[in-house]
Amino acid sequence: MSGKDKLAIFPSRGAQMLIKGRLAGAVKGHGLLKKKADALQVRFRMILSKIIETKTLMGEVMKEAAFSLAEAKFTTGDFNQVVLQNVTKAQIKVRSKKDNVAGVTLPIFESYQDGSDTYELAGLARGGQQLAKLKKNFQTAVKLLVELASLQTSFITLDEVIKITNRRVNAIEHVIIPRLERTLAYIISELDELEREEFYRLKKIQDKKKVIKDKAEARKAALLAAGEDLRDSSNLLDDQEDDVLF
Amino acid sequence: MALHAAVKGKLISVIGDEDTCVGFLLGGIGEINKNRHPNFMVVDKNTAVSELEDCFKRFVKRDDIDIILINQNVAELIRHVIDAHTAPVPAVLEIPSKDHPYDASKDSILRRAKGMFNPDDLVR
Repeated sequence: MSGKDKLAIFPSRGAQMLIKGRLAGAVKGHGLLKKKADALQVRFRMILSKIIETKTLMGEVMKEAAFSLAEAKFTTGDFNQVVLQNVTKAQIKVRSKKDNVAGVTLPIFESYQDGSDTYELAGLARGGQQLAKLKKNFQTAVKLLVELASLQTSFITLDEVIKITNRRVNAIEHVIIPRLERTLAYIISELDELEREEFYRLKKIQDKKKVIKDKAEARKAALLAAGEDLRDSSNLLDDQEDDVLF
Repeated sequence: MALHAAVKGKLISVIGDEDTCVGFLLGGIGEINKNRHPNFMVVDKNTAVSELEDCFKRFVKRDDIDIILINQNVAELIRHVIDAHTAPVPAVLEIPSKDHPYDASKDSILRRAKGMFNPDDLVR
């Protein structure tokens, strides 16, 4: 990034005001985006710690579920194929809601029961109790996993959004604001330059006037010496001109 | 169908070994749609990796699936496909299987989060 780059704008008072306005806007925007990034970051950390917590909890729940599966198999005999073949409609489904964090929509999953149990009669002969326990355990696991899924989805979405926001904050802080500042400095220096030029020009004119005036005085003095008095009228004119100019 | 699926509840799909699948099916998440496509896949030791990849990709593409549960040892086999899936929906969750304990350091999501938290927090 070159240190010299600035906006291509003609240095004038109007442009100065414009850039000043834009700079104020950029600073304000930077502050707001920073706040947004902080808010997201807070939420992100919260979700992260929750994910870790839930993941460890998930390990426990899955272990229990697997254990109860083994128990059920022990009493009922192998029912794997029966279960795998008898799938029809899902009993537990997922609904998604939207949550809003600083203008970012996060999907939140929510499980709900829909329809009746397909395996109602499974384990009717024996091992019904174990099967019921097994079902309950796996339903708990599903609930937990759905929760974990929504956390994870939020995590991914937030991660993305935080990256974008940080990129914007940095862009404003390190590119846009310095560029506006450089442009402003350039405009100010250029305006100063113009002012100095103007001042110098006026000084020059003054000098010229003085020379002319001196010459006229000298001539008048010469004329006076020669016997002609022009002082009143010409002096009056000269004074007037001076007043007009300065 | 997409609209219909959006109003209706979405499904949870499972890719995993037989026991995991059976467990979750008993939990009541299994469904076979009109075209006789199930929302679960049973993986045994004869299942080819390409088959797994295809199945995973198919599940990701289906708009009636919101969550994909996958055994971690199976996920290891198609790690590159899972890592390539970065969209938030469907959410891919790695779950421990009966004979493989959960290893947090392998999880795609937790690996993404690496450096943001203390690794000691994981192994409590």
